[in-house]
Amino acid sequence: MSLLTPQRPSEGAHTHSAATMVPDQSRAERTASFVVADFPVPHGREEDWRFSPVDRLGAFFRDEATGACLDWAESLPEGVTLEGLPVEDWRALGVPAPQDRAAAVAAAHSGGVGVLDVPAETELTEPVRVRLTGGEQDLVHGHLMVRVGRFSRATVVLEHAGVADYSEVLTVLAGDGSDVTVVTVQEWDDRSHHLGQHDVVVGRDARVRHIAVTLGGGVVRLNTNASYAGPGGSFEALGVYFADAGQHLEHRLFVDHEAPHCRSNVEYKGALQGETARTVWVGDVLIRASAEGTDTYELNRNLVLTDGARADSVPNLEIETGEIEGAGHASATGRFDDEQLFYLMARGIPEDEARRLVVRGFFAGVVARIGVPEVQEHLMEAIERELAAGAAR
Amino acid sequence: MSTLEITDLHVTVETEDGAKEILRGVTLTIESGQTHAIMGPNGSGKSTLAYSIAGHPKYTVTSGSVTLDGEDVLAMSVDERARAGLFLAMQYPVEVPGVTVSNFLRTAKTAVSGEAPKLRTWVKDVKGAMGDLRMDAAFADRNVNEGFSGGEKKRHEILQMELLEPKMAILDETDSGLDVDALRVVSEGVNRAKDRTGAGVLLITHYTRILRYVQPDFVHVFVDGRIAEQGGPELAERLEAEGYDRFQPSAVEA
Repeated sequence: MSLLTPQRPSEGAHTHSAATMVPDQSRAERTASFVVADFPVPHGREEDWRFSPVDRLGAFFRDEATGACLDWAESLPEGVTLEGLPVEDWRALGVPAPQDRAAAVAAAHSGGVGVLDVPAETELTEPVRVRLTGGEQDLVHGHLMVRVGRFSRATVVLEHAGVADYSEVLTVLAGDGSDVTVVTVQEWDDRSHHLGQHDVVVGRDARVRHIAVTLGGGVVRLNTNASYAGPGGSFEALGVYFADAGQHLEHRLFVDHEAPHCRSNVEYKGALQGETARTVWVGDVLIRASAEGTDTYELNRNLVLTDGARADSVPNLEIETGEIEGAGHASATGRFDDEQLFYLMARGIPEDEARRLVVRGFFAGVVARIGVPEVQEHLMEAIERELAAGAAR
Repeated sequence: MSTLEITDLHVTVETEDGAKEILRGVTLTIESGQTHAIMGPNGSGKSTLAYSIAGHPKYTVTSGSVTLDGEDVLAMSVDERARAGLFLAMQYPVEVPGVTVSNFLRTAKTAVSGEAPKLRTWVKDVKGAMGDLRMDAAFADRNVNEGFSGGEKKRHEILQMELLEPKMAILDETDSGLDVDALRVVSEGVNRAKDRTGAGVLLITHYTRILRYVQPDFVHVFVDGRIAEQGGPELAERLEAEGYDRFQPSAVEA
């Protein structure tokens, strides 16, 4: 418990006791490094791991390559390329560094970065699609970069399915004035584990939308970090998750406002159904002294459908300048509203249909914001299936 | 012809101090085409009667019966009651975020009539009914009761009564919180639905004001969980002049 993180390893031995912990004064002080040894193996009491089932994630912290990979199936619109890049060259681009041990290990042992390049001044009319499928429970270190040139417009859909232990680093570099939508869909088998660090660097006057849809997986933990390479950028993060019994679905966001006159907006909505269903949402926003004219808002809502489920929701806002347009956050977790159910049933609507209406309604707003029709349709169908499975239990 | 028959109905509600009896033997028969006004002071159990008939889980019927054309209403689930022809216009309609009025109305109509309404006539019916209730067409795209004003909520309740065509409609303080114009529009809607479908109406109200627009055949005064007095429209006029004082326990004891 508490706001404790380990001291820098260089400053002391790893005794893993509270005696060596000091609280961070700011989110900005969190360790970021390409060196695996800079991150001790987490024991579950650290601020950034305290909600996570670290005992189920041991393989992700092992500092060694596994050579395993997922099956790839990609669909690339004309002009888009997919090529490998040595990890050293990736680092030389000045990309954001890993922020926890799993990401540092994944970056160190992926064996190379798969780079999706959208050239400058290209308007894609079709999404770039990459479908990653796991067939075995081997640990896979995955490393991807999406690089969109200036003034281009692109949508990239990453789909994850099958059985895997997947440790992922994704870097999104959005060029100046670009308009980028990245959708990451997690529909893993419930035996799978997935830890991911997604770094989004928003170019000057660029607009980036990061959309996380997490429905399947035993443990899924996605850390999404946004930063701005220049003024005038806009970052929008949308998320939809649905946790059933035994699932742990965790989404952490960190929006680092350093450039002036940038915007960010985060909206995550989740439903929980079944004993031991567990979700975590942490939304950190830091507005640095230099980030004048910032406008930011984040929102998380959770709908608890049955007893025994647990949703954690932690919004954090850190402001170092008063010269901003706006900053706010909201978080609410509520049980299924029986009065809504009564109202609908009093109009003749059977109970299971009334429940579906309410849950669909709960997600409708955020799903409509996704703006990628195929993803929206697929998602609403998937939510229907989740509800039907819950009703059948 | 339909008949809603309430016989010696006793209802309790759970409180921190245990079960509390709210209805203490209510007997009332409503036929198609009739309008019964139930009037009474706050806390007399008027709304409890409405919600008990609709089947709200908060209320427990401890004895008595409610039948619609001989069928045991109390044995039905909430949605079954609505499909059997009962309708409750609520005093405090509930917000349902993300569900549009048009989707809600179509879903309810499909459930009540057992089949999806024919699209062309349905759209026309909804538009017509909304126009009659002075509701803007954009209303259909809003989420159910979300951000509605008090008057809009009540119009939306009566819109449902007009479209779902129940055999028996219970209107729980539909008049409260309405200004005169809205009251007139809503009352016209009730009369229209009643004239067209021949529904029986149980009109629950605290004030006599709505009775100028919706003419009751019978007036029942509700006090302390039972009917204390009944009569024709003239009883409402007397209540208007005298208030409920003579029915209050203190007045009786004195």
